[in-house]
Amino acid sequence: MIWNKEIETMPREQLEVLQLEGLRSTVKRVYENVPMYKKRFDEAGLGPDSIKTLDDLQKFPFTLKTDLRDNYPFGIFAVPMKDIVRLHASSGTTGKSTVVGYTKNDIDIWAELMARTLSAAGATSDDVVHNAYGYGLFTGGLGVHYGAERVGASVIPVSGGNTKRQITIMQDFGSTILACTPSYALYLAEVAKEMGVKNSELKLKAGVFGAEPWSNSMRKDIEERLGILAIDIYGLSEIIGPGVAYECPEKDGLHIGEDHFIVEVIDPDTGKRLPPGEKGELVFTTITKEATPVIRYRTRDISAINFERCACGRTTARMDRVTGRTDDMLIIRGVNVFPSQIESVLMKIEGTEPHYQLIVDRTGKLDILEVQVEVNERFFSDRVRQLEDFERKVKGEIESVLNISVDVKLVEPKTIQRSEGKAKRVIDRRNLN
Amino acid sequence: MKATQLSVFLENKQGRLADVTRVLAENDINIRALFIADTSDFGILRMIVDKPRKAIDILKENQFTVSETDVVAVELLDKPGSLAKILSVLNDNSLNIEYLYCFLDTERNAAVDIMRIEDASRAIDILQGAGVKLLGGDDLHEL
Repeated sequence: MIWNKEIETMPREQLEVLQLEGLRSTVKRVYENVPMYKKRFDEAGLGPDSIKTLDDLQKFPFTLKTDLRDNYPFGIFAVPMKDIVRLHASSGTTGKSTVVGYTKNDIDIWAELMARTLSAAGATSDDVVHNAYGYGLFTGGLGVHYGAERVGASVIPVSGGNTKRQITIMQDFGSTILACTPSYALYLAEVAKEMGVKNSELKLKAGVFGAEPWSNSMRKDIEERLGILAIDIYGLSEIIGPGVAYECPEKDGLHIGEDHFIVEVIDPDTGKRLPPGEKGELVFTTITKEATPVIRYRTRDISAINFERCACGRTTARMDRVTGRTDDMLIIRGVNVFPSQIESVLMKIEGTEPHYQLIVDRTGKLDILEVQVEVNERFFSDRVRQLEDFERKVKGEIESVLNISVDVKLVEPKTIQRSEGKAKRVIDRRNLN
Repeated sequence: MKATQLSVFLENKQGRLADVTRVLAENDINIRALFIADTSDFGILRMIVDKPRKAIDILKENQFTVSETDVVAVELLDKPGSLAKILSVLNDNSLNIEYLYCFLDTERNAAVDIMRIEDASRAIDILQGAGVKLLGGDDLHEL
């Protein structure tokens, strides 16, 4: 189902006219209202008039996640606080989070994008959307919520956790569309089975899954276990949240909301734009957002884009399923984790060496993060209890920063591989591609 | 009259205990007693050796995490009731044992008990007062 036929199937020449208009006004607005952009554009000899065609965007400097952190909390906001109606935040690389704001109009755009997303999965006003994304600073919960309301569906704001109760609610309330991380969908399937609840006792028909990397084989698994259509969705709070791109039932790439964003794929090393079909780093420019517009935001997500018309009739560009990152960010159970966050926690704890390794695995249905920490000789004692207390302390401190549970394993000093340049901090054993 | 115990951190990894014993063997160090406390992911190896100083240096050189712990060593007759008697003396004096392990000295027909007690000095005074035979570092290590 296509929510906004006019936009989603618009001839590309017409779409590009919209994009150019949006880009021009965005560049002007950030130049006038965001000191960081004014300074950067001035340094590059660029200004509000430098956009003549869409291709001129390539002359502009990139925006990085660290730029958002350096301007924490509200330094990149392009509107006064009185116009901000919502704040969201995602984890930063070193503890400080990345804050994004929304005006009333931004929330409206976001709801529109999520309505397109949910419609693509088949949602209508007759549906019951079971929203198991977390509600809070994370954009997942409220993003799906507003989109489902826009479609006119009945939303169950069940949020994460309490899985048995979720199954009971699905059964009793007749949930038809499931929204959660793909790993949680598998977990729900497992718990339903344990509870003896058959698919025929549930009314689920489709699910929109995102916020963490997953593979096509995982999709098949979810589809078989729950007997539903599983749709991949993409988004990040820096751009707007979920709704940036979504699959249609063709499952042939994720449609990008191009009337609100301009997408580019660049070579992460040279920064040069890559032609369609070539794999590189996704870069987005927002062209309608008011509160926190971004110019050429480097997502660090690896994908490729394709501008061909889709069999579903949509003309918007499609991106491939994200296959990796250009930085060391991990997504674990939908939560962004940077190894540097763990490092800064360890540095503060007496008795640990700054040598650690993260092992990520998907045993059973959920991601497991094991933090291996070298024990400092000065701290070592003959008492088991003391080491166990220490292990618990490290675990507690890391969990309070990351907001996800981790396993801490003490290892012998000097056993974690040292390397001259970049230490191999992460071993990801999940098979995501 | 305290004795020295070596504690070595061991990851639960195949071959780690073998590595420790090999290093000690190559340096002509004799292990008198050995005990492992283990959890699901690590173990602590506790040992009494004949040359504790040398053993510590060598283990450190070989990248092991070693610590030195003062323990109380007592020699008992190898017969029923010997240990019970000592434990009741400690108990009467509210001294808690954190852990304990024993080995036999067959030549002397004696049992040696190694005890980790929080307040080792007071325990030694009390045990001596009760007529218990204590083994100091030298007697124990050169046993």
